[in-house]
Amino acid sequence: MSFAGARLLHISLCVLAGSLVLCGQALCQSAPPDTPPSPATDLVVKDTPDDDGGSVTLSWSLSADDKGGAKDVLSYEIRRSKSPDGPFTTIKKVLKGTSSTTDEKKVENNVDYYYQVVTKDASSETPSAVAGPVRAHVQWFNLGRLNTLLITILYTALLLYFISRAKKGEKLFVRRIAGLDALDEAVGCAPEMGKPALYVPGISTISDVATIASVNILSGVARTVADYDTRLIVPNFDPIVMTVAQEVVREGYMAAGKPEAYREEDVFYVTSSQFPFVAAVDGIMVRERPATNLFIGMFFAESLILAETGASTGAIQIAGTDAIAQLPFFIAACDYTLIGEELYAASAYLSRAPLLLGSLKGQDWMKMFLIGCIFIGLVTLNVGFAGFKSLFDLPLTIFR
Amino acid sequence: MRRQVPLVICFVAGVLMLAQSFVPPLNWFYTNALAWARIISCIAVFIGLISLVRLHATKVRRRAADWKFSIITLLALLYMMLAGLLTRYGVFVKLHGQCVPGSMGDKIVTGFQNAFNFQDIFLNIQIPVQATMFSLLAFYIASAAFRAFRARTFEATLLLVAATIVMLGRVPVGHYIWGVPQATAWILDVPNTAAKRGIMIGIGLGMTSTALKIMLGIERTYLGIKD
Amino acid sequence: MNFWRFLLKMDRRIIFVLVGLAVATPLVVPLNLPVRVTEPVRRLYRAINEIPSNSKPVIISVDYDPSTVPELRPMTLAVLRHCFRRKIPVIVITMLPAGAGLARDAMETVASEFPGSSYGKDFVYMGYKPGASLVMVGIGQDFQGTYPADGFGKPSAELDILKGLHNYDDIAMVLDFTGSSIYESWIMFAYQKYGCKVGAGVTAVMASDAYPYLNTGQLVGLLGGLSGAAEYEQLINWPGNATIGMDAQSVVHILIIVLILLGNIAYFVTRKKHGAAQVAGQGQKGSS
Repeated sequence: MSFAGARLLHISLCVLAGSLVLCGQALCQSAPPDTPPSPATDLVVKDTPDDDGGSVTLSWSLSADDKGGAKDVLSYEIRRSKSPDGPFTTIKKVLKGTSSTTDEKKVENNVDYYYQVVTKDASSETPSAVAGPVRAHVQWFNLGRLNTLLITILYTALLLYFISRAKKGEKLFVRRIAGLDALDEAVGCAPEMGKPALYVPGISTISDVATIASVNILSGVARTVADYDTRLIVPNFDPIVMTVAQEVVREGYMAAGKPEAYREEDVFYVTSSQFPFVAAVDGIMVRERPATNLFIGMFFAESLILAETGASTGAIQIAGTDAIAQLPFFIAACDYTLIGEELYAASAYLSRAPLLLGSLKGQDWMKMFLIGCIFIGLVTLNVGFAGFKSLFDLPLTIFR
Repeated sequence: MRRQVPLVICFVAGVLMLAQSFVPPLNWFYTNALAWARIISCIAVFIGLISLVRLHATKVRRRAADWKFSIITLLALLYMMLAGLLTRYGVFVKLHGQCVPGSMGDKIVTGFQNAFNFQDIFLNIQIPVQATMFSLLAFYIASAAFRAFRARTFEATLLLVAATIVMLGRVPVGHYIWGVPQATAWILDVPNTAAKRGIMIGIGLGMTSTALKIMLGIERTYLGIKD
Repeated sequence: MNFWRFLLKMDRRIIFVLVGLAVATPLVVPLNLPVRVTEPVRRLYRAINEIPSNSKPVIISVDYDPSTVPELRPMTLAVLRHCFRRKIPVIVITMLPAGAGLARDAMETVASEFPGSSYGKDFVYMGYKPGASLVMVGIGQDFQGTYPADGFGKPSAELDILKGLHNYDDIAMVLDFTGSSIYESWIMFAYQKYGCKVGAGVTAVMASDAYPYLNTGQLVGLLGGLSGAAEYEQLINWPGNATIGMDAQSVVHILIIVLILLGNIAYFVTRKKHGAAQVAGQGQKGSS
């Protein structure tokens, strides 16, 4: 072969090889869009548990191309049909990385449904195997809350038992609550000093149990104040609490036989905005200089600002809240503080009504029961015995 | 009758609310109750408004102590209401459109528009004023801590030491002191959480018991009813 | 009156002046103390880091009012910046009427720092809805039914970010920034009822309340007060107002500790003198 021929052959081979490489690259680039993504697998459909029907829960294993696969899965489409052969209609789309969802789109109860999860990328899609049939049902009891129901029944029974014992006239011991003992004395200071008493029922709504407890205490305070012929100022954060407070204070004055002394303008609404409310109450404390400040109910960050301003005016202060974060502030700046449940115990403590005292006793026994459970659980788990813990799963296991 | 009807309503509503927690088909009651609570709370704003206006109007009429502040309150209320309504319904934008740009009318409208811009008032008055009120906490915490933290008893000393460690541990300077970050994390995670859980359980039981007493009509003071 | 007696009866306005100076001085002359990251903050950071990019959105609930802006806005901005940087779609909502302007402001501030992001695709503002718990339940049942339009009145169906979003199944996480206990409602509804992860950023006053939820895993992470925000800024390497404020906080904390110590010394010194005087007085009485 001549030199020119060899050179021609070399060039031809190079061109051929180059073409092959280019073709190969082109093939590699164009191949993926035509290959659909791997399907979602293991599709399981079941009636959504513990609901009022109209819902089916689906779960599946992610496509092999979801998360780090060769293809970029964008979403999964949930399709539904009343027949295994279709036609399937799209119900919803969920984003990549999702492996379960619920179908609540016009699902009829007691009707067979079949489902398919379609894995989609930018240009193609792959359906999963069809799963079903599945029927949505109404569940008449939420089994997931069985334990809660059992404990509710136990607690209610305890409360009713002690209430009935109290009704029969049994004497029940209640420990001293200093804050409540001091209430009369604190309110009694006001007339001696010729100054009003201030009562702030917290900054929450009437649906808050702390507010209800506060209103109960307000009732007793109003009566005492009326007895002493003192003015009681009650600024309110919530309009509904204000109407309740007006009613309760009026009743208090009536019970004391002094309905004419009640002044509606002393139980008023200020604002439902936290710090403007604080500014207004601080203003009242500084201008009117009440002899007694009572902060009882639900409080947030404003607790210390209120209590410190009150302390600077030299008033006797009693606070009570179940807002745990605010307790330290009240304890630091007030003379007495009702801590957490002492607030709820107040109406029983103040009125000494047997029915209310009975409920306190029930509450204590329930607490003892819980302390016992925590203690036994702690000991048994630490010695490596999980039997006691699994006792709490027993009702669920039996009834499921 | 006046006493019985509210108690019956309370009992029925309470039982239904408790039952919906365990019986899924009763969920509608919960959803509706929440919707009603929303409606009632919106209407209650008007009751509050009436109370506020009545209180301050009476003070002004009677020339009670500090009655001039009441005038400021009423004017501020009116001003914010106007600003909200005018901004919401774009009244100034409409007025602005009818004026010849650059004319006196245009200047007046633009001036009013700026003075009544709700978002401006919110950002430039409400935010700084409320933030200032909240920041008072820093001053009050310092004075309350100075007054209250005294090592009078063993418990008070314990509280004092724990507070000092946590205060140091929550700021960068604490990280220069050996053991403080770890001790802070331990105090917050262990004794703090344990005590909080204890109080929370007690509060939970107290709440349930109060709710039950209200449902059964044993506790009725909140209705203004005495035994 | 000697020094210790003066200290015990010190006018609280002197303390106020000292606190004012302690806050102001480091802001003028920064100490640049390094911020170390605590575990609750790191947990939130990790949880957000694990969310895949361009996938499920997070809900950022701006549930604070103007009063807590200085404490809560820096952490909201830090978390928003982290999400925007990681290309995690963001849905901004608020449960407080006074939070509407603040939520929008926080979102717009961060969006302007990421010019590539677009409204409706990468982030959206759904505005204020009254009845917090009803809204939380509503999101679990039907997001678009609860929010038929965004905060500017644009129909939700027209927003790319909301396409395919039905309920909590399609939400990666709820992040609540609040000075109240509203995060407990998010735990109750979003986490307990619908199994959606919840993270929270709260004021320092409320932080100790949130710890029990952190330990039980009901909160994936927790930012507490300005220090939480500063730590998060540290983690995303984007120092902001929280980092600047931490110097002031350090100095004020030290001032309070010093005041407490002085107060205790004064208490013991005066008590000792008082006790000695009493003993001496009794002695005198006895001898007379």
